[in-house]
Amino acid sequence: MKKLRRTMLFVPASNPNMMVNAPIFKPDCIIFDLEDAISLREKDSARDLLVEALKSIDYKDCEIFARVNPLYTPFGEEDVRALVAAGLRNVRLPMSETEEDIKKLDTLLTDIEKELGLDNGVVKILGAIETAKGVLNAEKIAVASSRMIGISFGAEDFTRTIGAERSKGGEELFVARSKIVLAAAAAGIDAIDTVFADVDDAKGFRKEVESAKQLGFAGKSVIHPGQIRTVHDVFTPSQEDVDKAVRVINAIEEAESKGLGVISLDGKMIDAPVVARAERIVTLAKGAGIL
Amino acid sequence: MSEMIKNALGREIPKYIEGIGELKAFQGAFVYTPEERKAAPRISKATPDMNKIVENIRRSLELCGIKDGMTLSFHHHFRNGDYLVNMVIHEVAKMGIKDITIAASSLQSVHEPLIEHIENGVVTGIETSGLRGKLGEAITRDGILKKPIIIRSHGGRPRAIEAGEVKIDIAFIAAPAADHYGNVNGVEGPTACGSMGYAMVDAEYANKVVVVTDYMVPYPASPISIPQTLVDYVVKVDKIGDPKGIVSGATRVTKNPLELLIAEKAFEAVVASGLVKEGFSFQAGTGGPSLAVAQFLREKMKAEEIKGSFVSGGITGHSVDMLEEGLFKTLLDVQCFDLKAVESIKHNPNHMEMSASFYANPHNKGCVANQLDIMIVSATEVDVDFNVNVITGSNGIIMGASGGHSDTAAGAKLSIVIAPLLRGRLPIVVDEVTTVITPGETIDAVVTERGIAVNPRRKDLEELFKAAGLDIMSIHDLKDVAEKLTGKPQKIQTTDEIVGLVEYRDGTIIDTIRRVK
Repeated sequence: MKKLRRTMLFVPASNPNMMVNAPIFKPDCIIFDLEDAISLREKDSARDLLVEALKSIDYKDCEIFARVNPLYTPFGEEDVRALVAAGLRNVRLPMSETEEDIKKLDTLLTDIEKELGLDNGVVKILGAIETAKGVLNAEKIAVASSRMIGISFGAEDFTRTIGAERSKGGEELFVARSKIVLAAAAAGIDAIDTVFADVDDAKGFRKEVESAKQLGFAGKSVIHPGQIRTVHDVFTPSQEDVDKAVRVINAIEEAESKGLGVISLDGKMIDAPVVARAERIVTLAKGAGIL
Repeated sequence: MSEMIKNALGREIPKYIEGIGELKAFQGAFVYTPEERKAAPRISKATPDMNKIVENIRRSLELCGIKDGMTLSFHHHFRNGDYLVNMVIHEVAKMGIKDITIAASSLQSVHEPLIEHIENGVVTGIETSGLRGKLGEAITRDGILKKPIIIRSHGGRPRAIEAGEVKIDIAFIAAPAADHYGNVNGVEGPTACGSMGYAMVDAEYANKVVVVTDYMVPYPASPISIPQTLVDYVVKVDKIGDPKGIVSGATRVTKNPLELLIAEKAFEAVVASGLVKEGFSFQAGTGGPSLAVAQFLREKMKAEEIKGSFVSGGITGHSVDMLEEGLFKTLLDVQCFDLKAVESIKHNPNHMEMSASFYANPHNKGCVANQLDIMIVSATEVDVDFNVNVITGSNGIIMGASGGHSDTAAGAKLSIVIAPLLRGRLPIVVDEVTTVITPGETIDAVVTERGIAVNPRRKDLEELFKAAGLDIMSIHDLKDVAEKLTGKPQKIQTTDEIVGLVEYRDGTIIDTIRRVK
């Protein structure tokens, strides 16, 4: 069953307090940030801190990512080397613009895995798409490596590259968000929506999460623990949907045990998309603790 | 040094201290029974022609017969905006008086000038709920006072005064408003602080009472919190305090996500206890997370139309909101914390002023704390026996106050400690707290962001919490979780010198504070 990635909580890798406390808020994923949140003169110390955190803190069910610096900076490669050695298994690559960007990271990871004696491909990639060029290349980025588990959208940089202002309505993002969802869906990976910066605007945030869910995103990047509950709440399926999903899953299991090829429920045929949707709902329901 | 004995918590207590006398060791929260009679002040006489107005503080000191070795008392309603303690002691020093004991309901960082007066021998004794800032450092680290200070709770202090253990020679009462005959209230004037609860017992039991104000009102003052029948002299000065340090504009509920999470868990625990029902009573500290617990409670009470009996203690605008919304019948107020509370106590008859004795004294015929259902308290440290420290910091230095912590914990049906499990790199649940203020037998549960520990004495509560699906674990497990992240902190290095005695509310000694190396 696919992992739940409803929330990805950004935590600056320079804040030991938050690095220790982040899992208490029960995000599905934590992204320790070495990129934008860390000033140039703190790049090394933050990396060291994160290495120690990964070695010593038990994050239990929380899936851990690190947003490393882009590989074209002097810090990117060292970030990846040090963190993978410390146990990191998910790299979020910022400013993914082309499939080459992903391939470069893929090659580096293969190299590191070999050096460390790890199985090839154990380290996964989440490509962060933050530019017009990246959006247009989304389909290629999503399938650039077998390590890809998702692509995420970064609206702040994106609006800058298209020369627009970020608005509460988000019209300027509509096409890009949809494109990213389509690219991810076609590749069978997760699409993660952009952050919402105004932490005091609870109403606006909920609206944006609802639209993300409606568009087909698997989850959302969040910058404040207070945003987590809203996302989980919005992504909690209705009891009716859960009941239906459970019946679909039961019907499949029953059909399989009887060796039936064609599966139907209430006189309607159950095809692959229906099964996928049912599985997704069951996962969400379990994550929300209602199943 | 005097012979030491171990009290019921295993803490070493001296049997005798020069200048203080024989000490009784703590035996348990409700064990000690007093057998003495109450103390009483000298009888006064006031002839019709007597004028109580005195031109300045010095003259009032002379008229009160100030001399070496006396005890002067003060209240802390002006908190960090108080001018009076420094003004009076400055005058005392100028008069060449020595060996004064200050019996204050609490002292703040604004009282730092006392350090000099201690060093000069003007002040040789301090009895207070707490100390902050440089004064705390000077006493705990530099050992500037020869005699240990005595820490008393808000209920223990009126008890000690009524029992005659604190004999106040002159009580100085900083009064927001007073008339020429000594009637005082706290709701008028530029330094309006609301309730005068902590000063009331001083006025009743001191041999001499001096009211100092910067705001005279025509006779008779209305309302009257401290009556003319107790007051000897009235001094008008230019300023008795800084309003900014007295009450805040508005006390705020926390926005810190960690504190909110702790508050939410505490709220769930309170609800699971089954005590939130028609006619219940509630008190919480005035810190951000405590206010957040109250805020959650308020929403539940509104949604389920539950009406409580009273909120007590330090009162904030949030309690006032709940009174005005009809969620509680009454506020019982020993100290106002913000302007909204001051306004409310002035106008709303259901917002009642109470004395510190009425609030929390264990040796009168029944205090408000005994009527509390739910109490939410904070902690600097809690240990595996549920003992709580709120007075000494991680460096062993006095930086907090006993306050009503031990009083309300003892009185309430349910007392819950809320605290983060970690503060920076310090674990908050430890093997043994540095200083015990509140004994574990009076604490029912500890709520942290990483889990809730129930006192093994409260099996009933544990069952209720379990049934509600709360995240409970043993206090030892909680400590292990913390130590796994922080490591085990080293013990604070102290000398044998005792710089402070922590008196439990019943007058027995629950702990000592040693000088920090």
